[in-house]
Amino acid sequence: MPLLEVGSLTVDYPTSRGTIRAVEDISFSLRKGETLGLAGESGSGKSTLGLSIIRLVPYPGVIVKGHIKIDETDILKLPEDEMRFIRGRKAAYIFQDPMTSLNPVKKIGAHFVELIRTHEPSTGKEEAFERSKTVVENLGILSERINDYPHQFSGGMRQRIMIGLAIALNPGLVIADEPTTALDVIVQAKILDLLESLRKIYGMALILISHDLSIILERCDRIIVMYAGRIFEYATSTEIHKTSKHPYTQGLLQSIPNIELSDQRLAAIPGSPPNMLDPPKGCRFWPRCSYAMKICRVKEPDLIDVGRNHFVRCFLYGEEGVRVERNRKS
Amino acid sequence: MVRKVFVLSEIVKVEKLKKYFPVQKSFLEQLFTRELSYVKAVDEVTFSIRSGEIFTLAGESGCGKTTAGRVIVRLLEPTSGKIHFNGADITQLKGEKIRLLRRRMQMIFQDPYASLNPRMKVGDAVGHPLEIHGLAKGEEKRKAVLDVLDKVGLTPPEQFINLHPHQLSGGQRQRVALARSVILKPGFIVADEPVSMIDVSLRTTIIDLMLSFRKELGLTYLFITHDLAVAKYISNRIAIMYLGKIVEMCQKESLFLNPMHPYTQALLSAIPVPNPKRERKRIELTGEIPSAIDIPTGCRFHPRCSYRTDKCSEKEPQLIEVEKDHFVACHLMK
Repeated sequence: MPLLEVGSLTVDYPTSRGTIRAVEDISFSLRKGETLGLAGESGSGKSTLGLSIIRLVPYPGVIVKGHIKIDETDILKLPEDEMRFIRGRKAAYIFQDPMTSLNPVKKIGAHFVELIRTHEPSTGKEEAFERSKTVVENLGILSERINDYPHQFSGGMRQRIMIGLAIALNPGLVIADEPTTALDVIVQAKILDLLESLRKIYGMALILISHDLSIILERCDRIIVMYAGRIFEYATSTEIHKTSKHPYTQGLLQSIPNIELSDQRLAAIPGSPPNMLDPPKGCRFWPRCSYAMKICRVKEPDLIDVGRNHFVRCFLYGEEGVRVERNRKS
Repeated sequence: MVRKVFVLSEIVKVEKLKKYFPVQKSFLEQLFTRELSYVKAVDEVTFSIRSGEIFTLAGESGCGKTTAGRVIVRLLEPTSGKIHFNGADITQLKGEKIRLLRRRMQMIFQDPYASLNPRMKVGDAVGHPLEIHGLAKGEEKRKAVLDVLDKVGLTPPEQFINLHPHQLSGGQRQRVALARSVILKPGFIVADEPVSMIDVSLRTTIIDLMLSFRKELGLTYLFITHDLAVAKYISNRIAIMYLGKIVEMCQKESLFLNPMHPYTQALLSAIPVPNPKRERKRIELTGEIPSAIDIPTGCRFHPRCSYRTDKCSEKEPQLIEVEKDHFVACHLMK
């Protein structure tokens, strides 16, 4: 039984200039303790997807289709007051910007106490405070600093606190949205190590959202590569690293510099991501794809299984695309 | 791949460059103390950039790399030290002479959303330097602008010339910024994190453009970045900064094969590598970067260094040549 099951999820942003379909027909599932990386460029819909899972899609976004089951409960059917208890207790979100996500006029301890007592009203103040101390210590922060205000902490420390708030109620699922983008490499490595060790201690599943494919390859079991609201490729990290199938994924991999390679040639993906108000017909990637065929311009490929739990949305694989090409040639 | 370039001479030479920013004090503090405190953003930095190379200043935020770049193009006044450009001392230049200097020395900024005037059309923004320097106007200017826009890949240029920045994507904006910086055919460009705000798939195009301009115009770059993977791809030589000082400086190959300073070693070990199979040994650093107002005594890095000795907290190590063209500031080196 999967911990999280997302089925044909579709999210729209109606705007005055038209509707943007930020997330389209996305399905995947996650087991207990697993790590999943969501990779994609800005505008690919990865944050919208992450936020949908805790039903916090920002206005004017609406989930128009699909289901999201956490522990068998379809959270899209829950009333808002029940949803509040899912957030934090079953699924928690770590936001990108630690500088603006904490309340500047509240001490760190108060953030934790409020969180614990909101979800568990029977807990006394003292007890909640003691529990907060333990969590803070697990983050590698001295427990007496619980009486400090957010501005007294550096960016890296604040991100630790954000992580602490996310795991304080021991949720089964944590979604970390670019948790280290604003941080330097040394701090980034420390934060990711911390997430990994906490994940092991608390046995939670992690969805790591990042534009940086290196981090995701290094830290996640499985990877979803998104483009223009669609899943383009979905496989284990090892598969993606060894035999990525989609031209877009291959392009991304060729565009990240690797310090361990001595004479690396980087290649860029030509063009730029599509305008989501008017995405290309057919496959959304064809204007930038060097393998684009005639069919790619008229029909959108399905996400197909190429074996070993490897899924790809591209006509280069599977029967239909190849058949169409053959017919055209003959 | 970066081609080896014959090094003829030094185009920029920086000697003992310092840039201190005074710290604003509250009214009460001003009453009770005379002493001023300073953020020592750049503290006695010495290096030179060879003609035709790409020299990178790398380090974490707050290490002073951006300040150093800005002082060199004279956007900030140095506190002390000397800056030579093409053999001439430019440290004291003022007014009109700085304006003339900018014809040969340009800068690309990190944020293409902030570095372009939103009310100026692309054509006007790119052609503005020609006008400021009285080099071309009218049809001649238009031709030069179309030509450079074509080179940075904004095609068809006739169409882009009439667009406003808000109609462009981040990558396209950075191309405009690049076009604006090369239209005067300068010899030297300071590029401050030019790709850090651009999507990964588009970064390579900007970097490749920078490299092709280097070949075509014989440009020299000072590249400023926090991303060592990008630095490795683009540079000839790299200097690692920590709290306002250069701690290690060498050819990029030796930096990645044989990093000598403990800080460089830790920094390299923290860079993510796109390989799920790779087991990596991470060098852990204790604590965080201290404030640049209250710099540790002796070696600035000693409170976080696992190799520290008594000497490290007492005496500041000098940047010395340990191997040919490999400079390190650490007491561990003989």
